[in-house]
Amino acid sequence: MSKPKTIVEKIWDSHVVHEQPGAPALLYVDLHLVHEVTSPQAFQGLRERGLKVRRPDLTVATADHSIPTTDRSLPIVDTIAANQLAQLEKNCQDFGIPCFGVHSDRQGIVHVIGPELGLTQPGMTVVCGDSHTATHGAFGALAFGIGTSEVAHVLATQCLLQRRSKAFQVRVDGQLRPGIAAKDIILGVIAKIGVGGGTGCIFEYTGTAIRALPMEQRMTICNMSIEGGARAGLIAPDETTFEYICGRPYAPKGAAWNAAVARWREIGTDEGAVYDKQISIDANRLEPMITYGTNPGMGIPITAPVPDPSAITDPLERDSVEKALRYMGLEGGKPLLGRPVNVVFIGSCTNSRISDLRTAASLLKGRKVSAKVRVMVVPGSQEVKRQAEAEGLPEIFRAAGCEWREPGCSMCIAMNGDQLQPGEYSVSTSNRNFEGRQGKGGRTFLASPLTAAASAVTGVVTDVRTLL
Amino acid sequence: MKSFTNFESRIVPLPVNNVDTDQIIPARFLKTTSKQGLDQQLFFDWRYDEQGRPKPEFILNQPGVKGAEILLAGDNFGCGSSREHAPWALTQFGFRAVISTSFADIFRGNSLKNSLLPIVVPPDIHQALFAMVEKNPDVRVKVDLAAQTLTLPDGRAVEFPVDPFSKQCLLDGVDELGYILKQQPAIAAFEARREGSIDTLQGV
Repeated sequence: MSKPKTIVEKIWDSHVVHEQPGAPALLYVDLHLVHEVTSPQAFQGLRERGLKVRRPDLTVATADHSIPTTDRSLPIVDTIAANQLAQLEKNCQDFGIPCFGVHSDRQGIVHVIGPELGLTQPGMTVVCGDSHTATHGAFGALAFGIGTSEVAHVLATQCLLQRRSKAFQVRVDGQLRPGIAAKDIILGVIAKIGVGGGTGCIFEYTGTAIRALPMEQRMTICNMSIEGGARAGLIAPDETTFEYICGRPYAPKGAAWNAAVARWREIGTDEGAVYDKQISIDANRLEPMITYGTNPGMGIPITAPVPDPSAITDPLERDSVEKALRYMGLEGGKPLLGRPVNVVFIGSCTNSRISDLRTAASLLKGRKVSAKVRVMVVPGSQEVKRQAEAEGLPEIFRAAGCEWREPGCSMCIAMNGDQLQPGEYSVSTSNRNFEGRQGKGGRTFLASPLTAAASAVTGVVTDVRTLL
Repeated sequence: MKSFTNFESRIVPLPVNNVDTDQIIPARFLKTTSKQGLDQQLFFDWRYDEQGRPKPEFILNQPGVKGAEILLAGDNFGCGSSREHAPWALTQFGFRAVISTSFADIFRGNSLKNSLLPIVVPPDIHQALFAMVEKNPDVRVKVDLAAQTLTLPDGRAVEFPVDPFSKQCLLDGVDELGYILKQQPAIAAFEARREGSIDTLQGV
């Protein structure tokens, strides 16, 4: 009998093109996603060397990071962003790559459109010049972010040189209580292991709580693997996965569908396979999570006080927390609950899918957001936007006093003009609370769509369970 | 790429853990389609105030930093976004190596592709180096990639890990793409046996 393998080992082994002693493995890439920010220098590199794109049929591009979320029929006022967006479309045209650009009805955040179009499938290797590529791991794909040099490698050869990572099992058992969701699980995991806890590792999320999650919540979890330091995070595919993919535009059809599902059923981790590291989270005891600091590992249950730096013994660690609290304008030992916020942002590749918007709308229906808070709802894609419109969600958001905008990364990365002003506080459903991430001097509390919606209503950091 | 040679340099201390790539170069500067001029934006929000004036207390604005080629940073340097603009900005500023106890995976890979050497040292050496620089900002260390040693100001030589492939690429000044392009027959053979592929050109 052969040695039991993890899902990552199985995908890896079936994608090694070439391996020689002393060198990393040459790994084949099944799907390469491209966006405007990390690709221009890669295309330039190809031009300089006279190279073509080897497999445009395994490549797809979209505009998400620097695209405005305002009316698309208007010209883009930021000329540098406009140039970058035009450059993407020109590069795709020159190299024969399909591009869902500024005016495409399939435009959207790259990690939203891959799954929704059925491009992301179990057992694949998926890469993109973006660290949140791990999102696609929710389908049982080995998906990770790469740098621009590697974008060029994949464009030119459809391959990457890679070293094996350690296998890290993140086991979540039990049942989530009302008001608690995938975002709270992943913020809980990162708070437990820290932002460097998964360095050199790939997460595999297992356990009954993970199995019970619908696909879009699984994507939320895998999305933030990088925030725990892991380049990739996977969930083995199951019926939930197959049901989600079935019938999507690029999904296999007919006999090919049956053959694909049969293959996909085989890729889960074998009984007895060994992980290098392991942690367990009890879903029954999880509370809504929120971050207080300037990295995603600085998270606490929403009812807990902000840590007191004087209680931390490690000097560099104490400095980090002190520095973070200074930036955030917070005092150690005090609760976050009740702190006024200026902006609520519902969107990003973590939480901008239709189910996220439905969840937020369910809380905002029949309520008004606080007059002191600007609330931005940014759908993840044109498809999400259409679906939301078909369900009447924009009317709910607008009636509550929220802005309903065009799809893009928006205030998650603040490259497109959607940004916090210095000193402002946001409750944000995005993935990073780094200094200045949502605008220079802006202060971010990361939380779930429910916590964000609840805080929008009250105008202060709020435990959603008090509004359910 | 130029081949990576041995060098000796002063150390720029940045005793902060988990420095993310949004700090190394803020996202608003990523709208460029070029690799050039990014040294101006390195650590921009830590380096300049609201009016764009240098903050005197920030290490990169202090005298004697010009010409230093080694950054000594806290644990888990380079976490967050995959932006290769981070090593581009660091190398354009003049850095050739970063010393830490650990590096985020994507940043480490990106650095090695840009002749920026991530040097991992054990926590005791890391602390000792910070202490030495604090005592005397002019102390120098030597980096020998072929021998994989970092020679401390007190003369101790500390070995550091580098995978053999990246080391050879750095020493020879060659990039990985050339190596991968030579594997085209193996790539074609692999493609011939792939099954169940998507086709993004379908319906376009």
